[in-house]
Amino acid sequence: MSFDVAAIREQFPILKREIDGKPLVYLDNAATTQKPQCVIDALVDYYTTCNSNVHRGAHRLADEATRRFENARDIVKVFLNAPKREEVIWTSGTTESINIVANGLGQLLSPGDEVITTGMDHHANLVTWQQACKASGAILKTVPVTDDGELDQAAYDALLNDKTKFVAFPHVSNALGTVNPVKAMTAKAKQVGAWVLVDGAQGAAHGWADVQDIGCDFYVFSGHKLYGPMGVGILWGRESVLESWPVWRTGGEMIATVTLQESTWNVLPYRFEAGTPNVGDAIALGEAIRWFSALDHDAVIAHEEALLDHATALAKDFDGLTIIGNAKEKIGVLSFVLDQGHPADIGFLLDRQGIAVRTGDHCAQPLMARFNVPGTARASFAIYNTIEEVDALFVALRKVRSMLA
Amino acid sequence: MALPSTEDIVDDLSFFDDWEDKYKYIIDLGKSLPEFDEAWRTQERLVKGCQSSVWIQPGNEQDPLKGEVLVFSVDSDAIIVRGLLGLVLAALNKKTPQEILDFDITAYFEELDLERHLSPTRGNGLRSIVNRIKGIAQAAV
Ligand SMILES: Cc1ncc(COP(=O)(O)O)c(C=O)c1O
Repeated sequence: MSFDVAAIREQFPILKREIDGKPLVYLDNAATTQKPQCVIDALVDYYTTCNSNVHRGAHRLADEATRRFENARDIVKVFLNAPKREEVIWTSGTTESINIVANGLGQLLSPGDEVITTGMDHHANLVTWQQACKASGAILKTVPVTDDGELDQAAYDALLNDKTKFVAFPHVSNALGTVNPVKAMTAKAKQVGAWVLVDGAQGAAHGWADVQDIGCDFYVFSGHKLYGPMGVGILWGRESVLESWPVWRTGGEMIATVTLQESTWNVLPYRFEAGTPNVGDAIALGEAIRWFSALDHDAVIAHEEALLDHATALAKDFDGLTIIGNAKEKIGVLSFVLDQGHPADIGFLLDRQGIAVRTGDHCAQPLMARFNVPGTARASFAIYNTIEEVDALFVALRKVRSMLA
Repeated sequence: MALPSTEDIVDDLSFFDDWEDKYKYIIDLGKSLPEFDEAWRTQERLVKGCQSSVWIQPGNEQDPLKGEVLVFSVDSDAIIVRGLLGLVLAALNKKTPQEILDFDITAYFEELDLERHLSPTRGNGLRSIVNRIKGIAQAAV
């Protein structure tokens, strides 16, 4: 199998859009990816043919909706190489997934326990642990980031000890593109008996999310960064851990028995799925993963690496541009600042030329402070981007530079 | 330096037919805004957007004709936002509180074909600044 980017692009209707008469160049994929027609169709088809509440109704539509919904769970299980389908919990996205784990953790920690996060985490994977620590009197430690934008592994080793109860880090940094050595980091945390959560918001889109290989206890991601819809995501947790993890959301579906004073909890996965789930989006996410998994994985990675290599080469030649994040292992993201202007200025002037990038702190304020920048401009790539689009970015950037000079 | 009037700005900007000239004008306006004392870039004066920061220092003075008018010093770390702030000040600086409240900033930005910069998604603090100025005017009437 090979990889035909033109054929891929054909499947994304939004890529035909123009911005002020110029073809859209969408380079904000780390924020959210666009959706192929089959995903849009899956969503429309669900609402057109079988919308109904799952697991509840004694009628045909409920049966069909439940079957599709649970089938999507199976697709996620295979995608993550999870041992069991019951370990796959539907959530609204990465942020909710982490909140579920963090709120449970807050109930398990004691004063003096230690939790480790990193200096490159998205606020979703930082603020949540801060709150869990505040609630329990535990201490939050942070793995520092090197000048190249890697996690300082020696410092990480030094932080781990028998008080370490929980470790959380990103698979891939959304702000820098750094691919972290998640397997090695997990193994070290396991040696001190800590639970490990990997924030896969950016990692899942590159298809590396093999939870058994990584060895973590929790892996979380959002559907919308993986060619699926917004409003749905995944919490995968190891069965032996999830079974007794304190629940946070309570209500319908997640209970076994209820009296006026007491309740008992349902089995996995329902234990963590209080209330009516986002059925249509879950089914469409299943379709997105089916679609993505059918691609030639090596060819996808090779294409994404070619995009980043080309962008990096052009960036290194560009006067006044500084790349933020030069990790040896990087994917999908070129974050940079220009001497001539603030990232917000770069964003405005690129937008006027049809180029969509993100500017700002990328929900990682401590990381921006670490690099002493107010924010960066970030071009982030997906499988439908082309080398010509990378070239277009730099043509447009030349104009930005001359306008701001 | 006196800012151009809003009428001048509308005239000037409608004269440009390509976006580059228009944004160069905004950038130049940003460069020509009176300097903002570095020491004023404090937390209390900060209106934070997620993409760029904006600072504002309100004050007042007596206008021989109108009586008390509000004066604002503003700043941003992004030059285009500074220019857009110039457009806002042209409309709202040295005006009486009632004049400020009566001014339709959205219509003005629409006339300039720049209303996208006021949209909440921009997160550049421009909208927050306008709200802040209107709030100060409200408190002063
Ligand atoms: C690394 C990382 N973690 C967490 C999140 C939060 O994801 P969501 O907003 O979909 O919950 C993001 C999204 O930008 C991310 O990139």
